[in-house]
Amino acid sequence: MTTAAAAGSPVDGILATASIVLSLLVAVWALVAAVRHRAPDRLQFVGLAVLEVALLALTVVALVALGGGERPGEPGAFFGYLVTLVCLPPLAWVLARMEPTRWGSAIVCAVCLVTPVVVVRLQQTWEVVGG
Amino acid sequence: MAEQRATNRGPGRLLIAVYILFAIAATSRAGLQIATKFDEAPVAYLLSALAALIYIVAAVGLARAGHTGRRVALACCSVELVGVVGVGILSLADRELFPDETVWSGFGSGYGYIPLVLPVLGLFWLWRTRHDPA
Repeated sequence: MTTAAAAGSPVDGILATASIVLSLLVAVWALVAAVRHRAPDRLQFVGLAVLEVALLALTVVALVALGGGERPGEPGAFFGYLVTLVCLPPLAWVLARMEPTRWGSAIVCAVCLVTPVVVVRLQQTWEVVGG
Repeated sequence: MAEQRATNRGPGRLLIAVYILFAIAATSRAGLQIATKFDEAPVAYLLSALAALIYIVAAVGLARAGHTGRRVALACCSVELVGVVGVGILSLADRELFPDETVWSGFGSGYGYIPLVLPVLGLFWLWRTRHDPA
């Protein structure tokens, strides 16, 4: 166990895991709604809102770590992913509101499948490039 | 199903959402590559930028609907399909040509082959909605 590993990454903790799990849950729920010809329901919007709160909290944690002198392995990509990440749930929200049909649910599903990928990429860009 | 059939309704809106996601992904990637390491693989990075531009214009075309929007979307989807297939073949045939990954390398394998599927879906959607009032 090296000290570097013990220090850990600010974007690789319970918050990130919770975001990924929540995002996938919303995606599954939205998929069920889309398959059943249902427009996005309240639960999907609540899910998106909670997801956004979790992602904003993740951002705060990352910024605090940066303030404390820690640096991501690839700063440019890291900030790119971070900004993209917090924009995803609002994007899904707006488009789903514009489309009150099954396709609105499909949009929520698609965005919530992309979000975990971006979280994982965010974690990878924090790690120092070595492999 | 009496769904409305303009290009920016129903399934079209999902298509636009995916185009927006790819526009963001390709734009950030190209922007970063061009800003930080343009000299390493100029062709690949300019291609990324071109792909990004096409995704943006395609999304706008589909969202605007109407005759002009449809024509713009048709052009973008066609260029995209040619691009992803062409670059896919070239990147397999000659790896030297694209030393760094682009959105279209290996038929979009780095993005779950969605770049390959997306223009086909776009063209199919334009065809499905061809008789609809703008």
